[in-house]
Amino acid sequence: MNAVVRYLKSLMLLELFQGLGVTLHYFFQPKFTINYPEEKTPKSNRFRGLHALRRYPNGEERCIACKLCEAVCPALAITIDSTQREDGTRRTTRYDIDLFKCIYCGFCEESCPVDSIVETDIHEFHFEKRGEHIITKQQLLAVGDRYEESIAANRRQDAAYR
Amino acid sequence: MSETFLDQLLYMVLLLAKILAIVVPLIVAVAYYTYLERRVIGYMQIRRGPNRIGPMGLAQPFADVFKLLFKEIVLPENSNKFLFLLAPVLSLAPAFAAWAVVPFDDWAVVADIDAGLLYILAMSSLGVYGLIIAGWASNSKYAFLGALRSSAQMVSYEIAMGFALVGVLVLAGTLNLREIVLAQQGGVLDWFWLPLLPLFVIYVISGVAETNRAPFDVAEGESEIVAGFHVEYAGAGFAVFFLAEYANMILISGLTAILFAGGWLSPFEGIPVLGETFLGEGNIAWFLLKTVFFMYLFLWWRATFPRYRYDQIMRLGWKVFVPITIVWVLVAAVISVFGLVTRGA
Repeated sequence: MNAVVRYLKSLMLLELFQGLGVTLHYFFQPKFTINYPEEKTPKSNRFRGLHALRRYPNGEERCIACKLCEAVCPALAITIDSTQREDGTRRTTRYDIDLFKCIYCGFCEESCPVDSIVETDIHEFHFEKRGEHIITKQQLLAVGDRYEESIAANRRQDAAYR
Repeated sequence: MSETFLDQLLYMVLLLAKILAIVVPLIVAVAYYTYLERRVIGYMQIRRGPNRIGPMGLAQPFADVFKLLFKEIVLPENSNKFLFLLAPVLSLAPAFAAWAVVPFDDWAVVADIDAGLLYILAMSSLGVYGLIIAGWASNSKYAFLGALRSSAQMVSYEIAMGFALVGVLVLAGTLNLREIVLAQQGGVLDWFWLPLLPLFVIYVISGVAETNRAPFDVAEGESEIVAGFHVEYAGAGFAVFFLAEYANMILISGLTAILFAGGWLSPFEGIPVLGETFLGEGNIAWFLLKTVFFMYLFLWWRATFPRYRYDQIMRLGWKVFVPITIVWVLVAAVISVFGLVTRGA
């Protein structure tokens, strides 16, 4: 008897209609997809993206070539050369970051005693030629100059937890 | 002499114009059917689907077509070149040719022949040849196995489909598609889907199996036989197979609308208030609307149902559909003989 009922039920295609109901329900649901370049998902102020070297408000670069970031970098992505400037301070002559090696762990930022090297929240960058993935001190300083406002804002927001 | 020649010329031009009037919209419909498929399935999976190229992604099908056409046509080594190139044409031609007898409205049919239904059956059977030749000419075991699978499936479901059509024949009493539609006059409850409900369901399901669409798309098995019979085709050849598959889907949808859902007839026929208005009268828009509805079902099912196993497909075709259709053809005969359904007009 049970078998007959089951047979008749399968002939009515009830389960198939149930499944169709599920897909039709989702057809009218709001979609999860973000229309990327127009819409963006919210980003944490702790987001670790492209690197930047910061300056003091008087225009002097913060980096004192202590090489802590170079030492702590687990991917060996940072290369620093330093020299003594005429005023007797130690400064970098070369500060290269290989963005292919970098794993964006943020250790360099944490190790920096003068808050010089930071990771900004920029994640939309690309390279067009071989070699462009190694960014130099000039490029890093330029990024820092350009985005100083947002870098400082993100640091301020997180200051209480550092 | 010259007058008859001119007449013949005029006749030829008119015929050509009629053919173009069907084929061109059909190709555009196929292009946008692929777009609709990706959008509908995307929506059912809570995605958006292609929406980048043109407004709302409406230029997407053209981007796809141009991509395919500009790709290199690869002729496999040791393949039978002639048959390899003939196969896509053989599978596309019947899909288009069948539209000759499809009535879009009472007056809108290219060839109003009395054996219309037989012609449709013949054309849909011919499609198998393109497929099996493609599989054989490719000289690839994957394509060959895919062709065997697809053609065995198509041949099996043709039988259930044919029996379902016999039910329609018995009720309508004619093979002429235009007259089959006219026999369904009198509103949505007088269409053949109601007295022939099991046959209607079986016809639609067989249609899905016949076009090798999900959930009957066993020919497409990425892990074993790649894409079925057309693995070796790239570029334009592949585009033609693609075109044929979607043209067949549209054809099956249109035929379902004609045979079971009253073709161009209005579902509100016989309601006095609507009488002479657009809603109350038969119209080509009704036919297109019904066709689009059945086309939508194809996509809806693809988004919903998991794929059948091959032996399940064969079991369903031979051991479930064929017996049910035979029984219901008898029921249809009884309905017809005792006049339980009024034959329209």
